[in-house]
Amino acid sequence: MQIRTREFIPRATFALHDPNLQRALAKAADGFIGKRAKAIAEVPEFEALREAARVRKDEILSELDLWLERYEAQVRAVGGQVHWARDAEDARAIIRALCARAGAKTVAKGKSMVSEEIGLNEALAADGLEVIETDLGEYIVQLAKEPPSHIIAPAVHKTKEQVAELFAEHHGTTPEPTVSGLVTEARQQLRRAFFRADVGITGANFLIAETGASVIVTNEGNGDLTQTLARVHIVTAGIEKVVPALEDATLFLRLLARSATGQDSETYTTYSMGPRRAGDPDGPQEYHVVLVDNGRSRMLGGPWREMLRCIRCGACMNHCPVYGAIGGHAYGWVYPGPMGSVLTPLFVGLDTAYDLPNACTLNGRCGEVCPVKIPLPELIREVRHAQQRDGLHPPAEQRVKALWRRVAERPALYHGLERLAVRLLATLGYKGRIRRLPGLSGWTDARDLPAPTGRTFLELWHAKGHDE
Amino acid sequence: MPPDRTGTVGLFATCLMNAMRPNIGFAAARLLEDAGWRVEVPREQTCCGQPAYNGGDEDAARALARRTIAQFEAFDALVAPSGSCLATLKHDYPRLLRDDPLWAGRAQALADKSWELLTFLHERVGPEHIRSRFPHRVTYHDSCSGLRQLGIREAPRALLARVEGLRLVEAEEREVCCGFGGTFSVKYPTLSERLAENKVQRLLATRADVVLGGDLGCLLHLAGRLTRICAPVRVYHTVEVLAGLADGPGIGQS
Ligand code: SF4
Repeated sequence: MQIRTREFIPRATFALHDPNLQRALAKAADGFIGKRAKAIAEVPEFEALREAARVRKDEILSELDLWLERYEAQVRAVGGQVHWARDAEDARAIIRALCARAGAKTVAKGKSMVSEEIGLNEALAADGLEVIETDLGEYIVQLAKEPPSHIIAPAVHKTKEQVAELFAEHHGTTPEPTVSGLVTEARQQLRRAFFRADVGITGANFLIAETGASVIVTNEGNGDLTQTLARVHIVTAGIEKVVPALEDATLFLRLLARSATGQDSETYTTYSMGPRRAGDPDGPQEYHVVLVDNGRSRMLGGPWREMLRCIRCGACMNHCPVYGAIGGHAYGWVYPGPMGSVLTPLFVGLDTAYDLPNACTLNGRCGEVCPVKIPLPELIREVRHAQQRDGLHPPAEQRVKALWRRVAERPALYHGLERLAVRLLATLGYKGRIRRLPGLSGWTDARDLPAPTGRTFLELWHAKGHDE
Repeated sequence: MPPDRTGTVGLFATCLMNAMRPNIGFAAARLLEDAGWRVEVPREQTCCGQPAYNGGDEDAARALARRTIAQFEAFDALVAPSGSCLATLKHDYPRLLRDDPLWAGRAQALADKSWELLTFLHERVGPEHIRSRFPHRVTYHDSCSGLRQLGIREAPRALLARVEGLRLVEAEEREVCCGFGGTFSVKYPTLSERLAENKVQRLLATRADVVLGGDLGCLLHLAGRLTRICAPVRVYHTVEVLAGLADGPGIGQS
């Protein structure tokens, strides 16, 4: 996937003025926030679950190597194969080779953020394969030749009318611009693809070490068809997806559905394990798991370790006012919103994704809703800190910060300058406000600057004889 | 109030209050002194360091944290009329200095006796000292750092309930950020503007004629937006109303 994080500001500005996007976002935010609130209100122990999940994930991460080996052994034991991919290129090469060996012409895909991360679709298409996304949202953005704009609702940026137009253009049909009309239309198209597919590629929400099973949750059942109908099933997953036992998956599943879509559980929770056995009515002939590191093991040893707890529920972006105003595309890569503001710079570079962690008010709502209690604001601040260490903040900002620090450490100078500034600002005020202030036009373009009265609190206080 | 329950408060004069709205400091001092607390304002105090900390400059934040601790650790309590600065003192100082054997303990000790003004008035001073009158329909803006880092929700409302004639009308989406975000408002002005506009529309929908809050940063931002769109609403810090010092012009007005 093309990295467009450097275009954050122009793309965000464009998004603010896109009426269709704004309509779609307003609707989505209302739905996601309200449904989650309702769902968790019905689970009095929700906070306790979050805490349990945080603790459990940390335990698992501290023994990740162990659980990964156990998982690999179990997958082998049930007749599957595990492939380790160091980075995106490695992962693409492994999957391309598997498809080539299977003589595949068509690949059906379930929703997978890792496959976006490794740029899989482009690579397979370059090999001449027909790649069909089977998740409705993914299917829509694939037709529109766009990347997903949300990690669980890839086409959330589109209105129903836009989707109907898109289908009309590609299918030559005239579907009703209603949810059921669009779903029926997509289902008819996708059915054919499922039967045509030689290889089915899915992601995984969890990988279970004790059984070697992979778990996916969907609301459309497309994942089930993807993984049972094709001859070859390939699971792609980040290495942090492994959990020791079924009970662990259950804990996280309870949090995932409620945090993501406000459901008690998603409509389909599907476990897949190895290829078809003798006597099985269906299932693939080959079963492969591609475990993707792509920087994760490095993350494990550093200040962003907690980010590996992420179960990709999307709650942080649903509750982020900045995401809510601009949508996911402005973030310019696979992972948008608060989790993306931490992850994206780690994947594509602190420099390349400079704006993402900075375009954040640190209001903290993301951290409050995260089901595994990732302290997102602190991690975002930590990314800014790393950018500071690498000298990546704009030179003018660095100079102002350095100067400000020197002044703030010298009270007499600091207060002297402050007294001067408030006197100056007071003379610029008219009716209590300053309408335009050169040097602070970022502020005054959209707001007045309330004018000070001309004396600082400290000077007034001490002048009043409060001095001892 | 029996004297053994009072003591000396070091008033933290936040940068914005000091420069832009001294009235807030005087209002705070009036209420504290009325209740029998001695109020001192150390001359050598400067900034708590939050802009540096949020801007990624932990070294600078640490240097300013040490200065602030040295200035205030002798008082019985530190009180700041801002949830945002106070959260820095209370949560970030101990974190920033945890690996510094000389300062970790001092940072924690100061954090333990540092209070956001409205919480202090509510829990330590007691609402019975509020004797002001403000016959207006008001709405209250919860600032994010106060709300989420310090859990301030009830205190301002309980205090405002004591004000004669005041009618509090709650806005929708109270938990949503107003888009100030410190340097965010200058670095990403168009985003900040949109969030401000969203918030302002929610506030105006209450048909309140006064907006109150506990953080001057948010209030300057919201007042600036309200005057820019010529909305007939006045903005004050909550303590100005509680102390009966909201008789002058609102923030950004004359
Ligand atoms: S960071 Fe937390 S809230 Fe955001 S997607 Fe990951 S698990 Fe969900």
